[in-house]
Amino acid sequence: MRIQCPYCGERDLSEFAYLGDASFTRPDPATPDASEQFFAQVYLRDNPAGPFEELWYHASGCRSWLRVRRNTRTHEILAVEFAKGGFAGPGQPRAAADS
Amino acid sequence: MVIIGGGGHGLATAHYLAKIHGITRVAVVEKGWIGSGNAGRNTTIIRSNYLLPGNNPFYEWSMKLWEGLEQDLNYNAMVSQRGVLNLYHSDAQRDAYVRRGNAMRMHGVDAELLDAAAVRRMLPFLDFGNARFPIHGGLLQRRGGTARHDAVVWGYARAASERGVDIIQNCEVTGFIREGGRVAGVETTRGSIRAGKVGMAVAGSTSSVARMADLKLPIESHVLQAFVSEAIKPFIPGVVTFGAGHFYLSQSDKGGLVFGGDLDGYNSYAQRGNLPTVEDVCEGGMSLIPAIGRVRLLRSWGGIMDMSMDGSPIIDRTPIDGLYLNAGWCYGGFKATPASGWCFAHLLARDEPHEVARAYRLDRFAAGHLIDEKGVGAQPNLH
Repeated sequence: MRIQCPYCGERDLSEFAYLGDASFTRPDPATPDASEQFFAQVYLRDNPAGPFEELWYHASGCRSWLRVRRNTRTHEILAVEFAKGGFAGPGQPRAAADS
Repeated sequence: MVIIGGGGHGLATAHYLAKIHGITRVAVVEKGWIGSGNAGRNTTIIRSNYLLPGNNPFYEWSMKLWEGLEQDLNYNAMVSQRGVLNLYHSDAQRDAYVRRGNAMRMHGVDAELLDAAAVRRMLPFLDFGNARFPIHGGLLQRRGGTARHDAVVWGYARAASERGVDIIQNCEVTGFIREGGRVAGVETTRGSIRAGKVGMAVAGSTSSVARMADLKLPIESHVLQAFVSEAIKPFIPGVVTFGAGHFYLSQSDKGGLVFGGDLDGYNSYAQRGNLPTVEDVCEGGMSLIPAIGRVRLLRSWGGIMDMSMDGSPIIDRTPIDGLYLNAGWCYGGFKATPASGWCFAHLLARDEPHEVARAYRLDRFAAGHLIDEKGVGAQPNLH
């Protein structure tokens, strides 16, 4: 498995660190059901068999957080983009906020 | 009742349902052939050297069942209590092992702390003077060891079948029969089966099967690789683990060195891994036993682990009436096979958790009662 880093080009898997599911959005702690939302975000997973959007960190390269669409059945990399700017969902992905 | 999954756990559940609880109207449905999943892909290690009170009595019950398994099943499962030795490489790690050994002994489990000289008598070929990871000693469970994984599957299947359990192979579950909110059976590629209760024991496919019942679970599927070398003369008497990385090694009766290490670390259903993990495992082996560098690797393979968010299993009812869950075995499912079947059968038959499995609740993640044996938090790829 090799990942096409948008900045560095195609690099070996050993250069990357894995965070996981990219759908993480930090719930608003002020909402009445915040504890249920935090539980769901921290513990529950869709865990699909097939295309999956996930966050990788190019630790031994440009140190960018990447948003990767990958097929979990075949390990085929379908798309790679920077996590920052590439994210269209509500809130901020955890990784982009940290980077 | 219907049990989904004809691996070790599902077949053990069927056996104990029939034998202990007298429930023989049981169908085990398996999408491939029995034992074609992780039951035939693990490194065959059995042990009960756990620290936490939620884990230790369960795994010790499993060890006791292993000790009587062949008589119970009338089948040679090649249970071999040749010892499991966890090496320590620093004073801090020794202290942690002393704590674990004491916890084991307080639960009635055997544990011995060995110093470097005692380890050297057992395994003289280890790299004791390694500059980065010198071997200071080890924690030994003599009752641990290995068993023949395929024979465990076949033994449970034959014993269950003789008591009247139906084992249906090449029969994949495609959906659940729902009646008024409850599960009343399964739809399969070979027709529908109605049942009062349905139990899931499907390891890496847990999320996929649960999705058919609209359940979202605290589980990720990850690939774990294992390896076997060409056969060599008797070399490793028991199971030995490297404490400074993640590497475990034993020798099969055919002579092959059977070993493994960490997960690859990313979600996967592919049943094969990648080279960085192969390299990492082999580096661990070379740090521990330089002599194995001359041995050729024969085969490697991958299995899909149902990694729970705290590294411990779930044996519980689900929020849906009629549907029961046995999952989250991470990469420790083989040793748990007998007790997992015993406790899941108890839950299915009596609708209450077995005493030694009562900590393995599905709601513990919401309640905060996690069983984090390694203390790494909600990161399945680190457990």
